[in-house]
Amino acid sequence: MTKTINLTLKVWRQKSPKDKGHFETYHARNISTDMSFLEMLDVINEQLTLDGREPIAFDHDCREGICGMCGAVVNGRPHGPEKETTLCQLHMRHFKDGDVLAIEPWRARAFKVVKDLVMDRTPLDEIMQAGGYISVNAGSAPDANTIPVPAETAELAMDAAQCIGCGACVAACPNASAMLFVGAKVSHLALLPQGRPEAARRAIRMIREMDNLGFGNCSNETECEAECPKGISITNIARLNREFFKASFFASEK
Amino acid sequence: MVLDAKVPGGPLAQKWDRHRFELKLVSPANKRKFTIIVVGTGLAGGSAAATLAELGYNVKSFCIQDSPRRAHSIAAQGGINAAKNYPNDGDSIWRLFYDTIKGGDFRAREANVYRLAQVSNLIIDHCTAQGIPFAREYGGLLANRSFGGAQVSRTFYARGQTGQQLLLGAYSAMMRQVTAGKIRVFPRREMLDLVLVNGHAKGIITRNLITGELERHAADAVVLATGGYANVYFLSTNAMSSNVTATYRAYKRGAFFANPCFTQIHPTCIPVHGTYQSKLTLMSESLRNDGRVWVPKKPGDKRPPNEIPEEERDYYLERKYPSFGNLVPRDVASRNAKAQCDQGKGVGETGLAVYLDFADAIKRDGREVIERKYGNLFAMYQKITGEDPYQTPMKIYPAVHYTMGGLWVDYNLMSTIDGLFVIGEANFSDHGANRLGASALMQGLADGYFILPYTIGDYLAGYLGEKVSTDHSSFKEVEKEVREKTDRLLAIGGKRTVDDFHRQLGLIMWDYCGMSRTNEGLEKARRMVRELRAEFWENALVPGNDRDLNQSLERAGRVADFLEFAELMIVDALARQESCGGHFNEAYQTEDNEALRDDENFCHVAAWQYKGVDQEPELHKEPLVFENVKLTQRSYK
Repeated sequence: MTKTINLTLKVWRQKSPKDKGHFETYHARNISTDMSFLEMLDVINEQLTLDGREPIAFDHDCREGICGMCGAVVNGRPHGPEKETTLCQLHMRHFKDGDVLAIEPWRARAFKVVKDLVMDRTPLDEIMQAGGYISVNAGSAPDANTIPVPAETAELAMDAAQCIGCGACVAACPNASAMLFVGAKVSHLALLPQGRPEAARRAIRMIREMDNLGFGNCSNETECEAECPKGISITNIARLNREFFKASFFASEK
Repeated sequence: MVLDAKVPGGPLAQKWDRHRFELKLVSPANKRKFTIIVVGTGLAGGSAAATLAELGYNVKSFCIQDSPRRAHSIAAQGGINAAKNYPNDGDSIWRLFYDTIKGGDFRAREANVYRLAQVSNLIIDHCTAQGIPFAREYGGLLANRSFGGAQVSRTFYARGQTGQQLLLGAYSAMMRQVTAGKIRVFPRREMLDLVLVNGHAKGIITRNLITGELERHAADAVVLATGGYANVYFLSTNAMSSNVTATYRAYKRGAFFANPCFTQIHPTCIPVHGTYQSKLTLMSESLRNDGRVWVPKKPGDKRPPNEIPEEERDYYLERKYPSFGNLVPRDVASRNAKAQCDQGKGVGETGLAVYLDFADAIKRDGREVIERKYGNLFAMYQKITGEDPYQTPMKIYPAVHYTMGGLWVDYNLMSTIDGLFVIGEANFSDHGANRLGASALMQGLADGYFILPYTIGDYLAGYLGEKVSTDHSSFKEVEKEVREKTDRLLAIGGKRTVDDFHRQLGLIMWDYCGMSRTNEGLEKARRMVRELRAEFWENALVPGNDRDLNQSLERAGRVADFLEFAELMIVDALARQESCGGHFNEAYQTEDNEALRDDENFCHVAAWQYKGVDQEPELHKEPLVFENVKLTQRSYK
């Protein structure tokens, strides 16, 4: 049955990238435990609007855990306390009456805060531009069943391909590294026969771009895996390292 | 004005080949002289942007989110159809064509649908080459599953995330072209109007959602791939930012809007649970492959499902439709669920739900098999409802999901405005009055990868050497109008939030222009929408200003357009005095409560021309001619 709880929220408010930013306190009253976290923020925003104050800016879109647009750090954890759950799929039944929640944007050198909880994650697009694709033009493909792919391999590729690009791994990492993000993409494509021709160049270019954009390196903290809403495994980072070393030693491209 | 669909002559199976030969070409050296604007980066917009760039055109790509990878195609779960006939179960291009025409209740253009079935196979080839991790059999070849409205297995899938994987494929192809210098991406932009120069679409006005600045963008042609308008109902399975603004503004500039009353209610969604709810979540229709739909036989039976014995359950879809069973098309499944709930047999706290039960499938195949097929959907269900579907049946209820209506386009996907092309869900073209499952991904990618890239050249070839610039007076005028509208929204200074208006509009549309419609209800809804619209412009409260990230202002503009567009839907529903597919007027039904078409009077596309706010739009009819299929009463018994 539906029940309601009261919470105290300490929300990061920041007018613009240049503004210093600060926490503001709000009281969330009579919050139904069937609500999602973002619906709880909607309720706060409706009230702020009616009170003549500016609502909290936050990113969100699909609200079913797949677009990767939403995300905030709740009490120190990206996307909040539930395992393998995006903020939009986090329900209030996981909180207790009287809880105090600190809500802030991802903190990482490569991601600038745009306003309140809204961040600029275009560096992830830039990493993709460096090589996160298979070069094939529309119209030139052979029949899909020409190249068999073992079911197990396809499943492993799919495990990696599930990444939603939300950036929680970067936010969780003490080095603000994007290795899980890059590892997932490199693994997905390197596992499949279609992705092999460009595997070396992809690994080298994506890693280089990640470094250029100010992301840190991996020091095996495994925080990324713990916080990834899609449960992407750090074995993908191991595979990325293998692809990268192989490419560095043997590939013609440096 | 006579609507010319420009359908090529000759036998159905040869039309597209013949047309491709007859289309004018732009030489590779000249392609680089043209710039094309593509608005939206879902499956249609993303694939079009990538392919146009591969061909050598300069592409400016716009999206409302922070990255093109987030468009709502990403949420499509179940799969994508193609006529590969890999399972050797009797599929063919002709059968896919026929199923789609029939599923759409004979309200789509034959030639378009046939072409869609033809290119479906190319899509699977291309996406596999892109590295989409489609499900495989143990021998390494591609796996298929069944979907509603078909008796063959023709649906390719990547677990329950097919839309995500296909979209990331199109997005990756786009990113490759960004590096090649052929695509410029403009994220966090909202198209607020279309700019016409001498009657041709030559640009758009966008709002930079971060800075609030209005921007002018010029091009040789404009492609809209801005999705559907299901959010007119407030609660739908669409993403929060999905809206009608781009297509509605194009409509106000002269593009005809076709069949706006054709909306699809998806049968397998998680039921509504509270007034604060912001959106509905769909569970893939593929669940109906293994799940059995039932309600208690006795109205008002409040026992928990596991205490209701087998003989007191009514598996109503299997009973009423023995040959298709739980796999009847979406509109049939949705209406039946509503009918059961109307009889008081609905389950759950609200009584607005039916069971979708996997107990038999788990007993038959084992939990592991079911988990592999639907694991992510089961997990999603559990997250939202707090119930474990492996132990207790899911509760489902229909929700608005997709809109078949959209801007009218000819066979070349060009609207009634020269140079304005419309693709994907934003156009009206291929699904008639009802879309079959796994066909939306197919249509979006068909338009973007394999149709528009050919047909747009035919238009551009005629305008080589013409210059367009944002200095033209049309850009200045349209920008001024956009600015005035924004100022007006900010100046209302009322007492009700924009979401509050949107929620009320949604309820009106759901009650009177939803799953089941009556003439009295529609008339009443029209009055209510007009009153609500008038109140909006007096009493809406839009905080903040226009020189900043202002999400309330964004929503206000969208809701203002929904408030006008809703009336157009109602007008269209009233004009179509028949039932067909997703449009069900209670006055027109068979003895078995199926939609009863009137082919003599309504076998046409209803295309509406804008005549001014509070003015009657003008109806233009494109007759639908069926030379290859016989119009029948749809039957899924």
